[in-house]
Amino acid sequence: MNGFAELLDRLAYEPSRNNKLRLMTDHFHSTPDPERGFALAALTGALSFQHAKPGMIRTLIAERTDPVLFELSYDYVGDLSETVALMWPADPHHRPNATPSLSDVIETLSTLGKAQLPAQLARWLDALDETGRWALLKLLTGGLRIGVSARLAKTAAAALGDKDPNEIEILWPGLAPPYTELFAWLESRADKPVSRDPVPFRPAMLAHAIEDTDFAALDPAAFMAEWKWDGTRVQAVAGVDEDGQPAARLYSRTGEDISKSFPDLLEALRLPGAIDGELLIVRERRVQTFNVLQQRLNRKAVTGKLLQEFPAHIRAYDLLMDGAEDLRDRPFAERRERLEAFIARLGDPRIDISPLVPFESWEELAAARADPASAGAGADAEAVEGIMLKRRDATYVPGRPKGSWWKWKRDPLIVDAVLMYAQRGHGKRSSYYSDYTFGVWTKGESGDELVPVGKAYFGFTDEELHKIDRFVRNHTIERFGPVREVTHDPDEGLVFEVAFEGLQRSTRHKSGLAMRFPRISRLRWDKPPREADRLETLERMLESGASRNGGSPSLAREDGTAAVVE
Amino acid sequence: MHPEDILVPTPSGVCCKPGGFFIDPTRPVDKAVITHGHSDHARAGHGAVLATRETLDMMRLRYGENFAGTTQAVAYGETLNLGGTTVTFHPAGHVLGSAQVAVSCKDMTIVASGDYKDADDPTCAPFELVPCDVFITEATFGLPVFRHGDAADEVAKLLHSVEVFPERAHLVGAYSLGKAQRVIKLIRQAGYDKPVYMHGAMEKITRYYESRGIDLGQLELVRGAKKADMAGTITLCPPSALQDLWARRFPDPVTAFASGWMRVRARARQGGVVLPLVISDHADWNGLTATIAATGASEIWVTHGQEDALVHWAKARGLKARPLAIVGYGDEDESDGTSDGVDIPGGTGEPS
Repeated sequence: MNGFAELLDRLAYEPSRNNKLRLMTDHFHSTPDPERGFALAALTGALSFQHAKPGMIRTLIAERTDPVLFELSYDYVGDLSETVALMWPADPHHRPNATPSLSDVIETLSTLGKAQLPAQLARWLDALDETGRWALLKLLTGGLRIGVSARLAKTAAAALGDKDPNEIEILWPGLAPPYTELFAWLESRADKPVSRDPVPFRPAMLAHAIEDTDFAALDPAAFMAEWKWDGTRVQAVAGVDEDGQPAARLYSRTGEDISKSFPDLLEALRLPGAIDGELLIVRERRVQTFNVLQQRLNRKAVTGKLLQEFPAHIRAYDLLMDGAEDLRDRPFAERRERLEAFIARLGDPRIDISPLVPFESWEELAAARADPASAGAGADAEAVEGIMLKRRDATYVPGRPKGSWWKWKRDPLIVDAVLMYAQRGHGKRSSYYSDYTFGVWTKGESGDELVPVGKAYFGFTDEELHKIDRFVRNHTIERFGPVREVTHDPDEGLVFEVAFEGLQRSTRHKSGLAMRFPRISRLRWDKPPREADRLETLERMLESGASRNGGSPSLAREDGTAAVVE
Repeated sequence: MHPEDILVPTPSGVCCKPGGFFIDPTRPVDKAVITHGHSDHARAGHGAVLATRETLDMMRLRYGENFAGTTQAVAYGETLNLGGTTVTFHPAGHVLGSAQVAVSCKDMTIVASGDYKDADDPTCAPFELVPCDVFITEATFGLPVFRHGDAADEVAKLLHSVEVFPERAHLVGAYSLGKAQRVIKLIRQAGYDKPVYMHGAMEKITRYYESRGIDLGQLELVRGAKKADMAGTITLCPPSALQDLWARRFPDPVTAFASGWMRVRARARQGGVVLPLVISDHADWNGLTATIAATGASEIWVTHGQEDALVHWAKARGLKARPLAIVGYGDEDESDGTSDGVDIPGGTGEPS
C-alpha cells in the first residue's frame, strides 16, 4: 500500500500533466505485478467492491477520538478521509511488516462480508501511516479525486511500452485487473491480448464544446451536422457467440452493461454490428423530453407496463462495426453511408437514423440551432439539445480528440438572482464559502420578498471566489452551522447572473421550480438586488418550453456533466 | 490571589498592572516585554522594550536603531524585579532568542509562553519547561489533525526530489526569520554540501544567525545567477515569492513550502505547492497538550490559533481554560515575509 499511497500523494499535488504521466509511468516501471495492475485499476476506476460508507468511517473514528475535537477538525480540513487519516490514533505496536499491500486490500475486499468490513478497515488503519491511511480511505470510499482521468492512467501505462494509448483503449473492455497480460505485452514479453467477447464495448468518441471564436478557423465544407438529442448516449452491439448463437448487448457511454433494463431494444438488435446512438423514449413517433426518459431510467424493475408506457428507441449517430468489419478507421462520411444502409437493412421502427442538418455556412447552421423546429426537427425540436459537428474525414477515435467532433449546445437560459445563503465548500475549497443559494423576487405577505430558486457552486474564477467569500464574511446576518445567511435587501446584497439549461416543477424549493445545471455566469457587483429578476420571469420561461430539459439523469450524459445541482 | 491581579488580558495584549508592562502588545505602550522577533509579537514604537539580546537585535535589523525609547537585554534565567513582580525569561524553542516570560507574585506564577515548540531545532535553545499555576499558550496548531513528524524526514523528501528532478530548480518557501535558517541547517545535517541559494529578503536575518554562531555552510544570493545554472539547486525564499514573477527566473521550479500547515492538503493546494514539507516552528497538537499537562498549571489561557479545540481539551481534563481573543497575533506579514504567519499565499484562514 505504501508505494501506491506515495504515488497518490504525489499525484494529488502535481498540477502538470506531463509530470503526472512521468510519476505513473515510473510507478508502473518500478512496481511488480500484481501491485502495479491494481494501481492501474484504482486509477482508472476499474475496481468494484463494496465501498465503505462515510457513516461507517465516522463510527470508527468516533470510537477512538473525542467527538468535539473530531467535528472541529473535520470542519477545518474539509475532507472526511483526510481528517480521519490525520487523526487516527497511531498504533503503538505498529510493525512495518504488517503493512497491507494494495493487492492484499483489494483481494480481501472482494471476499469480505459487509459486517466484517469495519474491523478489517480498523486493522489496516492501525498498520498504516498518515499517507497510507489517506490513500486507503480514498480507495474505499470510491473517489480518489487526484486529478487523474482513466485516460491519463492508460496513457502512462502505454508509455511503458511506447504504445499509442488508443491501442489500450480498444483492448480495455476485454481486460480485467491486475492486467498482467497487458503489462507483459507493454514490456514486449508477450503478444497483444485478444478479446473473446463476441459483443464487446468499444470506447466512445466524444466531442469538445465549440466556442464562438473557433468557427473562424473551421471550413463549413469540411463538416457534417446533425442534431444533438437530449437523451443518453448508448452503444448497441450485436454478434454471434462461440456456439453460433446470436448475442446482443446495450452499453452506456462509459461501457456499463445496461442490457437488463432494455429487453425491448435487445430484441431489435438482430444485425451483427455496433451502433453508436442516443437512447430516447419515442411515443407515437414523437421524441419525448429527457424528463420522460428519466422516469424509465429511474425504474429498477422492468415491467410490461413500463415497456409499454415508455417505449425505448435508439436514434443512430454512427456505425463502428458492420458485421465483423471494423469501420472505426474509416472517415465519418463513409461510416455515415454505411450506417444509412445498415439501418435500412435492419428495418426496425425502434432504431432509426439521426437526420443530417444541411447547411452551407455557419450562419445558416446558427439559424438551424436557434430554431430546430423549422430546420427539420419539427415537433421533436424540444428534444434537441444542440448541434453536433463532425468532420467528414474524422476516424472514430476513443476519447475526446481535438478538432474532430464539436458540440454546439443551444444557448443557456439566464436570470439575475440574489445571493441569500452561502455554505463552506469541501476539498480544495474547504474554508471558503463557495456553495451559493440564490433567489428571485416574488410578492410576499408584506411586499416583495426573495424566494430561493437554486444553488450553484461553480462558474466563477478563484479570484471571484475570494471576493464572494469576503462578501459573505462581511455581510453575514445569521449562521446555521456551516451555512451563513447574508444581507439580501433591495439595496444591499450581491446579484449573480445565473445560467442554466432548463426548468422543471419541484416540490423541494419554496418557489416550486428547480433549475437544471445552474452555474454563476457573472458577478453583478454593479447591480442593486432590487433589479434582479422576478419569479414570474421564470414561470414564463417554464411555460415557453424551458422545460425541454427537465430531470436529472442517473446515467452519465454525453457531456459528462451532472445535471440537476440541488 | 487571582491570576488577574498579576496579568490582565486585553485585546491588545496581556498587561501586568503591578509590574507596569505589557507582554507582546499589538499597539505602542510605555513598557513592553517581547517574547520573540516575529513582527506580530515584536512591534516598533514602544517606550521601553525588554527582550533577549537576539530579539532586540532582530527588531533593530527590521525597524532601525530607534525602534524603541530604551531597550534592556535580558538573559535566559536572569531575574528582574518589576513593581511587585518577579520576571524571568526561559527558552521557548520557537526561533533564535525566543523566550517564555514567567511572571511571579507572592506564591503564584504565570507563564506567557509566546510562540513555542518542543521539537528539536538546531538553530535555537531548546524549549524549557517552567512549572506554573497559569500557562498562557498559543494554539496555532491546536487541532488533533496537526501531528508534525520528524523534520529530518521532510528534508529527506526534498533532497530525494532534487535527485529525481535534477534538471529543475527547487524553491522552498519558508518564513525568513527562523524557518529558513532551520531548513538550511537541516539540509546541512542531511549531508548536502552544495551551495544553498536564498532570496535577497532573507539575507540580513540569515547573516545575523551566522553571526550568532550558527553555521549554515555556503550560501549564495539568487541575484545575478543564470537561469540555466539554477538547475538542480535549492533556493530558500519567503512564501510570497513562490507565486511571484521572481519565481520565473528558475528552470521549471518545483514549488516546496516548509510549514506546519502543509499537513492539510487543501492548504498546500490552495497555495499551488507541489512538494509540501511539514516543518513547523510551533508545537503540534501532541506538543501543546503534553506541554500544558507537564507545566502542572491548573488554569490555561489560550491566545491565538484554534482556541476552541484546545480549550475543550483542557476543560475535559478538569482544567480551567479560556480563550483570550487578542487581536493581531498570527497575522500574516507577507510584505517582508518575516513572520511565521498563519497562512500561505492564496489561502485564507478562518478568522478566529
